[in-house]
Amino acid sequence: MSAECMAETYIARSSAIAARMLGGEMMIMSALDSTFFTLNEVATVIWQAADGHTPLSTIIESRVCPEFEVEADEAQRDAEQFVTELAQRGILLVSDKPIQETKPGMAEA
Amino acid sequence: MCSNDVAVDIGGMPILLRTQDAAFRALLEKRYAGFVRPAAEPVFAFDVDVVRPARAVSKEEELRVWSEDGLWRLERGDFRAQWDPRVGRGKILQSVSPYAIDSVLRIVHTLIQAPEGGFLLHGASAIRNGRAFLFSGISGAGKTTISRLAPADSVLLTDEISYVRRQGERYCACGTPFAGELARLGENAVAPIARLYFLAKGPENRIEPIETADALRMLLRNILFFADDADLVKMVFRSACEFLGRVPASRLTFYPDERVWDLIQ
Repeated sequence: MSAECMAETYIARSSAIAARMLGGEMMIMSALDSTFFTLNEVATVIWQAADGHTPLSTIIESRVCPEFEVEADEAQRDAEQFVTELAQRGILLVSDKPIQETKPGMAEA
Repeated sequence: MCSNDVAVDIGGMPILLRTQDAAFRALLEKRYAGFVRPAAEPVFAFDVDVVRPARAVSKEEELRVWSEDGLWRLERGDFRAQWDPRVGRGKILQSVSPYAIDSVLRIVHTLIQAPEGGFLLHGASAIRNGRAFLFSGISGAGKTTISRLAPADSVLLTDEISYVRRQGERYCACGTPFAGELARLGENAVAPIARLYFLAKGPENRIEPIETADALRMLLRNILFFADDADLVKMVFRSACEFLGRVPASRLTFYPDERVWDLIQ
């Protein structure tokens, strides 16, 4: 399937997490099972841009590629893997349609 | 306050325990000696009913803490309690064992401190030169050992469960009566926290820096946390992050003799 035919992917931060930037790293804790994650720089950029209405491809083109000087295809593959992992753990919401905004203050910075 | 009431003041948070049982009152006064403050104005009060002879009062074998209609409910085989934080009142039904009231108090204090940015921590703590030091670690990391080695010019706050309170932009450590293997109550004293150490035993004494993510992971692992409640998880996470943003943390590897305290000034 060509890229043009593929549906867009939209991502949003789950309201069931707590997150904070500390010591230059994004720390995330699931409020559901208290599991703890730290994100690398690229993942942090994607995480911060996960507003539910910006397509993942746009986040990669406008944020990841220019900031980390990576090719779009490679960045897209890595991002999809990262998004899948976080979605499986319930801390990112993924949809092929824009996602309603999470409640303010739930996914804190 | 009636004759059988006991105000137990831990962390500057006096909790009144009302009991009709004179023998249980005597047990409380002995167990929490140094933390019983007859004149303290309680912030919370519990009516305590004691079941004699000791028997299970709940079907819950494992500890369960949950919130329901604004009430906190706490249950384990040896106690059943409920607490309304809005009015500061609660009830405890427990077996005569002192471990039951100990557990209830620990849980209630974690719930009191969570929205305030404080917490209870698996760790020893002591005051030296007017500053408090926390020594956190899992069982066997050396909490009791470092407490036993504390020099005469230090004040031991606890060898097992440290009490951390947030006061504006700083954090204070308070003494607790929650003793570990040392079987000695902490001093009912308070001091600003100078540093958090994560303990490990080793062949020599050394203090090493620790990555923030590692510090946060270890701190979260050692904060006492009982409730199955998402909002509370978020509060604890926030408290841990803010604590590490203000209090330096290091790894302390020590050989178990008194020279380790030369590093802690």
